[in-house]
Amino acid sequence: MLMRLNHDLTMAEAARGPGGARIDLLVVADMVRTGARVLDVGCGDGELLQLLESRGVDGRGIELSRAGVNQGVAKGLAVVQGDADTDLEDYPNDGFDFVILSQTIQATRQPRVVLEHMLRIGRYAIVSFPNFGHWRIRRQIALGGHMPHTHNLPYAWYESPNIHLCSIRDFRQLCLVCGAKIEQAVALNAWGGRMRLKMPWWFWNLFSEQAVFLLSRGS
Amino acid sequence: MAEASATLDLADRRREADQPHSLVVRFSANNPLRLDAGLDISPLQIAYHTYGTLNADRSNAVLVCHALTGDQHVVNTHPVTGKPGWWETMVGPGRPIDTERYFVICPNVVGGCMGSSGPASTNLATGMPWGLDFPVITVRDMVRAQAMLLDHLGIDSLFAVAGGSMGGMQVLQWAASFPRRVFAALPIATSTRHSAQNIAFHEVGRQAVMADPDWRGGRYFAEGTNPRRGLAVARMGAHITYLSDAALHRKFGRRFQDRENPTFSFDADFQVESYLRYQGITFVERFDANSYLYLTRAMDYFDLAADYDGVVANAFRGAETRFCVISFTSDWLFPTPESRAIVHALNAAGARVSFAEITTDKGHDAFLLDEPELFAIVRGFLDGAAKARGLPSSRR
Repeated sequence: MLMRLNHDLTMAEAARGPGGARIDLLVVADMVRTGARVLDVGCGDGELLQLLESRGVDGRGIELSRAGVNQGVAKGLAVVQGDADTDLEDYPNDGFDFVILSQTIQATRQPRVVLEHMLRIGRYAIVSFPNFGHWRIRRQIALGGHMPHTHNLPYAWYESPNIHLCSIRDFRQLCLVCGAKIEQAVALNAWGGRMRLKMPWWFWNLFSEQAVFLLSRGS
Repeated sequence: MAEASATLDLADRRREADQPHSLVVRFSANNPLRLDAGLDISPLQIAYHTYGTLNADRSNAVLVCHALTGDQHVVNTHPVTGKPGWWETMVGPGRPIDTERYFVICPNVVGGCMGSSGPASTNLATGMPWGLDFPVITVRDMVRAQAMLLDHLGIDSLFAVAGGSMGGMQVLQWAASFPRRVFAALPIATSTRHSAQNIAFHEVGRQAVMADPDWRGGRYFAEGTNPRRGLAVARMGAHITYLSDAALHRKFGRRFQDRENPTFSFDADFQVESYLRYQGITFVERFDANSYLYLTRAMDYFDLAADYDGVVANAFRGAETRFCVISFTSDWLFPTPESRAIVHALNAAGARVSFAEITTDKGHDAFLLDEPELFAIVRGFLDGAAKARGLPSSRR
């Protein structure tokens, strides 16, 4: 069920930083401090983990696809085959400093349960996702009258693994429900670049294609 | 099928048990192996093979633990059967466990019949093989004996311990008993405890051996008999559990052996029957029946959690060992959920663990066979661990 959009983020793929790493992954990595223990849920072939380990982070991964796991382990990464929806409950409280869910939450069966587990297992959670509130998507639904089809969301509705898409606004509401505190939020524009200007949430929700949230447990 | 392999008569068997075709260390009587059963093995003998070169700071040693019917002849031609080593696809120059980088040690387990103390070894008190007077041993006893060997070799810390099946049990026991001596652990197609189904299969095998009149209550050496038929039946039954329905169908289907039609008799009409009979016959030529009883028993007794308040995770708490757990989709003897249980325990203990399930129809035996994905994973895992350990990178 759970498939990371590694191979489908065509725009983000095009947007690579100076080291060749995907910009959305660089944004995530920048939120993690050196020496931290990190669990990357839905780690794909381990690109983010490799980036993190190159920065002195102690990283572990969970990945559903067998091919992804085997590629990751063959790279020397600590990757376990597993499912975010069912396997997070096996991880102890406070086992990690950061738990990352990159481009995966929209494909989980129970995003709220997954997020709650993340905040239980890690002191911080980092979630990145495609923003369903982007104006192009709104236009396709409002004017085209069909499910949106974009470079970030390339699937036809009947074969999409993305069963729980959300906008930035929706995600903020989930944070509220889970009692998560938003420590930092970064929006990425259509070219995968950071939207640097301090803008109101409605602006981000309308113009950013992806968002990355750093969360902590609320009090 | 291939031609019959070299045969061992009882005298050869005894010679191989006492003076094996490999390196041997004989511990003195005041350095006994203390057993879980509360007895000592003294003097203890361990037969082993090494490959590659130990580096100056003694940091590149890899212990390979063999499975139930394996032995120390991992890479070299087997001295009895003349066949290639049992893991030569995995271990050797340029192989995933690269003997150009690592110093590989493989001891014959205690209770075995290829030169380490076991029921076929001579009891100095009687001048005859121990037989059933040999104490019952456990996987932990095997590991303790291996630790004595490493002390003898002056190796304090292992770069890695690797093994499949019963070898994987030893790997887990190593990580639990001697966490500071194990940098990386590779338990393959194994479990933290032997399942009821597996104990049941083993019991059938043991009963087959003991039902053979030539077994003579385990005293066949003294009586000059050899329980060939019993051990062959045990092996035939066990061999089925090492394969899979799909693999048997792929290899043999319902095809007849050298005939067009059924003979309406109990000959080996089917290829699969002929194959199993061959497996049984060749096995008895190289293996000791009593050893088979002891080693299957050791596996049955294996239950890692039992020593740690029933919680497997407690066995690994605080461990800095990195683990790579591997299972195979068609392995129904040590199915993937058993490996997942290991992974869950390691996660709960906060250990650094990788886990991969490899798609294959070859069943439990897949860990011994040509599985490119297995090799890639083992190589990648060891490369990563070698980097972390500060070992020089591969020359290839």
